[in-house]
Amino acid sequence: MDNLKAIIEALIFASEAPITVARIKGILEDIKEDEILAVINDLAREYEKRGGGITLREIAGGYQFRTDESRAPWVQKLKREKPLTLSPAAMETLAVVAYRQPVMKSEIEKVRGVDVSGSLKGLLERNFVRMMGRKNVPGRPIIYGTTVKFLETFGLNALSDLPTLREFKELEG
Amino acid sequence: MTDAAYEIKLDVFEGPLDLLLYLIKKNEVDIYDIPIALITRQYMKYIDLMKSLDLDLAGEYLVLAATLTHIKSRMLLPVSEEDEEEDEEDPREELVKQLLEYKAFKEAALGLDKMNILGRDVFGRDYSCDDTEKDEQPLMEIGIFELVEAFRRISRDAGQKDLMEIDIEKISLSDRINDIVDELEKRGELTFADLLGGKGNRMRLIYTFLAVLELMKLRIIKAYQAVPYGAIRICLAGR
Repeated sequence: MDNLKAIIEALIFASEAPITVARIKGILEDIKEDEILAVINDLAREYEKRGGGITLREIAGGYQFRTDESRAPWVQKLKREKPLTLSPAAMETLAVVAYRQPVMKSEIEKVRGVDVSGSLKGLLERNFVRMMGRKNVPGRPIIYGTTVKFLETFGLNALSDLPTLREFKELEG
Repeated sequence: MTDAAYEIKLDVFEGPLDLLLYLIKKNEVDIYDIPIALITRQYMKYIDLMKSLDLDLAGEYLVLAATLTHIKSRMLLPVSEEDEEEDEEDPREELVKQLLEYKAFKEAALGLDKMNILGRDVFGRDYSCDDTEKDEQPLMEIGIFELVEAFRRISRDAGQKDLMEIDIEKISLSDRINDIVDELEKRGELTFADLLGGKGNRMRLIYTFLAVLELMKLRIIKAYQAVPYGAIRICLAGR
């Protein structure tokens, strides 16, 4: 297929969620996955080189077109709703869940030193955090983790892409 | 006049640990060697100020105040000889550990905030306006009342034939919860009638209903309905 690149570009463009290589392969049956991946990387480089308003990003295990962050002020004007914001308290709770998952509410509270019911509820409602089940200890407390929407929102491909938590020096003595 | 500085900062703290970190930074002291008397004094000043301003002082602030006072008193006590022989631990150690851990996550939170956030810094294509395709039946999320109504209808249909039933199937609520989650993971979406249907055992029906309510309360599942009295569709939340 000579126009493979154009087809893949169209698929990524038309896909609502980040599209995975496996999904593209499902559509283009006889093309190998590494070939698709090579084309995608090629495309991403083209967009980057062009330095336009759109970038091709690897998000939550798939690929998606996104506007370039330097165009944010103008795109924000286009959008009627307020840009997404999270309070510092919500951000701290989210950080603990993201780095410590699966994590219990009591563990988050121990780190933050405050009651986290409110911020946790907000994160659940906004679908950044989900309940992963219950821990098999007395009381069967609920354990929490982050969602795919969290990855998508923060532009991460996987949880391993989170910047490393600054290790804290072990106490001497 | 000096109090003005406090007032500005008051609602900026995310909790007692945050306040403590601020004091350590403001005094430019070593976090591994906190001058406990000084920091405790300043911390108490903040607490008093919060009280005088009639702010809703969270209990956690008082807990840390008590911890600080306790550490301070332990440090004032002379170290007895037996203790000296043993590897006496610094009374501040636990608190320092907690502070460092909190600090790491506070920084991580700031790091998250600096990322290119979708809907703030970067934008994807907007799909919300393609309702031509979706106009078949917009789904609305439903609450407890619709569920109760549906349960009433289904349980009525299930009839009462089990008057003579003796060997009651042993079911527990947690088993039903697990079954439903398993089923949803397998099939993605179920209707409320799917779950309640089948064998018309009243006990099972009731447990299933309670399980659905519990799962909704925990936000593990979500229920949708297109029209009033229409089929209720249930799927896992967070997908």
